[in-house]
Amino acid sequence: MAEALLEVAGLRKRFGGLAVTDDVSFDVAPGEIHAVIGPNGAGKTTLIHQLSGTLRPDAGSIRFGGREIVGMGLARRARLGLARSFQITSVLPGFSALENAALAVQARSGSSFRFLRAAATERGLNDEAMAALNAVGLGARAGVMAGRLSHGEKRQLELAVALAMRPRLLLLDEPLAGAGPEETERLVGILRGLRGQYAILLVEHDMQAVFALADRISVLVYGRVIATDLPAVIRANAEVRAAYLGEDEAA
Amino acid sequence: MRAALVVLAGLAAAPFLGFGEGYSLTLLARAMILAMAAVSLWLLVGGAGLVSLGHAAMLGVGAYALVVLDDARITDAVVVVPVAMGAAAFFALVTGAVAIRTSGVHFIMITLAFGQMAFFTASSLAAYGGDDGYTLYGRMTVLGHRWLEDRLVFHYLCLGLLALALLGTQMVLGSRFGRVLRAARENALRVEAVGFSPYPYRLVAYAAAGAVAGLAGVLLANATEFVAPSYLAWQRSGDLLFMVILGGLGSLQGAVLGAVGFVLLEEWLGHLTEHWRLIFGPLLVLSVLFLKGGLVGVLRRG
Amino acid sequence: MSLGLLLVQGLNGLQFGVLLFLVAAGLTLVFGVMDFINLAHGVQYMLGAYLGASLAAWTGSFWLGLVLALPAALVCGLVLEWLVFRHLYERDHLSQVLATFGVILFLNEAVRAIWGSAPLQMPVPTLLEGGVQLMPGLQYPVYRIAILVAGLAVAGLLWVLVERTRIGALVRAGATHAPMVAALGVDIRGLFMLVFGFGAMLAGFAGVMAAPVLSVDPGMGDTVLILAFVVITIGGIGSVRGAFIAALLVGVIETLGRSLLPDLLRLVMAASPARQAGAALGSMLVYIAMALILAVRPRGLFPVRG
Repeated sequence: MAEALLEVAGLRKRFGGLAVTDDVSFDVAPGEIHAVIGPNGAGKTTLIHQLSGTLRPDAGSIRFGGREIVGMGLARRARLGLARSFQITSVLPGFSALENAALAVQARSGSSFRFLRAAATERGLNDEAMAALNAVGLGARAGVMAGRLSHGEKRQLELAVALAMRPRLLLLDEPLAGAGPEETERLVGILRGLRGQYAILLVEHDMQAVFALADRISVLVYGRVIATDLPAVIRANAEVRAAYLGEDEAA
Repeated sequence: MRAALVVLAGLAAAPFLGFGEGYSLTLLARAMILAMAAVSLWLLVGGAGLVSLGHAAMLGVGAYALVVLDDARITDAVVVVPVAMGAAAFFALVTGAVAIRTSGVHFIMITLAFGQMAFFTASSLAAYGGDDGYTLYGRMTVLGHRWLEDRLVFHYLCLGLLALALLGTQMVLGSRFGRVLRAARENALRVEAVGFSPYPYRLVAYAAAGAVAGLAGVLLANATEFVAPSYLAWQRSGDLLFMVILGGLGSLQGAVLGAVGFVLLEEWLGHLTEHWRLIFGPLLVLSVLFLKGGLVGVLRRG
Repeated sequence: MSLGLLLVQGLNGLQFGVLLFLVAAGLTLVFGVMDFINLAHGVQYMLGAYLGASLAAWTGSFWLGLVLALPAALVCGLVLEWLVFRHLYERDHLSQVLATFGVILFLNEAVRAIWGSAPLQMPVPTLLEGGVQLMPGLQYPVYRIAILVAGLAVAGLLWVLVERTRIGALVRAGATHAPMVAALGVDIRGLFMLVFGFGAMLAGFAGVMAAPVLSVDPGMGDTVLILAFVVITIGGIGSVRGAFIAALLVGVIETLGRSLLPDLLRLVMAASPARQAGAALGSMLVYIAMALILAVRPRGLFPVRG
């Protein structure tokens, strides 16, 4: 396998006496879709926060493209090419879908300390933003205020904004959360279309989607990675089954 | 921008519609100058989501910069205006550097406190009149000419600068810079997630708003030929904030409508009774409770 | 500058700090429990002073004035809450700031219309007249010491209430997890009325106590309000302990800065510029201190919310 794009080693985070991230290590190769699954409370969201830069780990290292990023904030990491989508949709409701994506294009193309020229008429920004919207099938809705999009469309926009950043790694935090069956199908189709173009770290609850998409899967239980392997191997892993069956019994 | 254009056109025509005598022109000049300050405050509140309760201090710093120069007999606009705007921008930059690190209610309180600091400083400047204020030797000259002493020239100067401030702010809001600013108001986390740190954008906006307010301070000082610490009083900051809300946060033109409405209302109530604030205060409360969207919102609905 | 002067000004500073605490405590609790920013809290202090001075003049007794002013201040506070404030809890901070600013304009003017613009006098009660000797040849007014003691006693009482009673526990919980407390079936609105009324009374009490030593005039609430804001910002919004420490700090810095800086500067410069620079710097000192503290800790010394 080629050299890893993202290397997480010995990551630890405690809240009070509770270890929510307990010596987590894994890596994501270029072009790979690496899924992180785990029962509720396994520490998936905390892990995403530490990877994207909104939460500082207590110990451990996160290398991205060969560079240590553990001390950097969300914005710095984004500029390096680490794009994060949010579990709870986080778009700009008062901006059109196109402007939501154009802001992301703007962030990586030249200075934004420009005060006079109208940004809305910049062809360069709009064309790339439109391409990102088209890539997720939202081109027809470009002029609609993001606040007025349906839930599924917002999830698509969330993806488009991440793509508009032209990232090296997509960090997708439950991209299917709250989506209905049809929306899920559409979103999975979009993600499948991205395979090979981007490295993706996918945190997702929908097991069917995960097993359909992922090249490799890491299983997180009580803050620890108990297994990282190919989907077929994970499916057969007794420990993993126990962790999930345990959850099913409780539920 | 229609409503604002109507107001500006009205102000342009006013001297020929029976508002040409000294008293009316003074009142209108005050309205235009405060409208300019309100426009700069709108950039912060409506544009960047920074609720400042210390904006009068920017106005005051500009005015006191003029006082210092006036005392040294430097009265030409070519020097005074850049120095005053620079001083106000610098004050905004320094206080903003601390204030913008905080957010929400902390920001409100800190801007209030810095405004109060500037107020007490102005009060203790005994060399410039302290509490009693400072009377200018005269209005500024422009390249040696005493043009500003002509009431009509001053009227149209204020109008022109207000229009410029309005236009400039509108452009900035639509620019790349303004887009980041507006986006950060709606959702700062989203803006960071695509790679922007909102802090430098907010700070630059804060300093720019300070500079424009400083210019308004220079004009206000010239209008009255008198500067006092009351320019910086926190109540004045509250008034400015009220103008912005009265007009409506939904659009920049609200700042102009709000300021003109405010000054006229104040004037009218002042004629009715000495204790006009007994009416003004409750009106303010009622407008906050019921006038959502401000005057602009009323115009749109009606 | 002598040791005696330093002692006197230090005591004055503590006494002012205690008054500030009484005002700031209500402000910080109200903000903590209801996320409500109330600029009109300062007028509560002013009303206390006016009611106290008037009732004392009317009854001819400081003590009757004090005892009657407290419920009167409470009633004023609750009427305001009922008329205006309760319609603002769900609104954003900007609306709260403006509406309560409107209340200030109204009440300051109302006070001016009723009592006039001239400062009111309130005599020191005979029981607390005179001075105590701090050092040979140095007298300090008994009344000012009484303010200090009364303020500290109320602060202690408040601490017991907040830290040791069931209601206090609810208030503390409400400050950090209001929705949770509401979900537990506690009547948040009732709890808030209680906190609000209590805060209004504390501020009113501070106003009555301050009336004989400070000038009672229509703008007196505003000055105190802004310093109280500085106090709760430094202390950490919602924290009573933070407010107490910050209030003493602000009181001492403000008083010592204004009185001693001109003298200190005279050591390094000529008398006249020293007086001017000292006065300017002295009045800025509190705000500079605040800026420094916030530059290091943007959420104050004792942040309540994470």
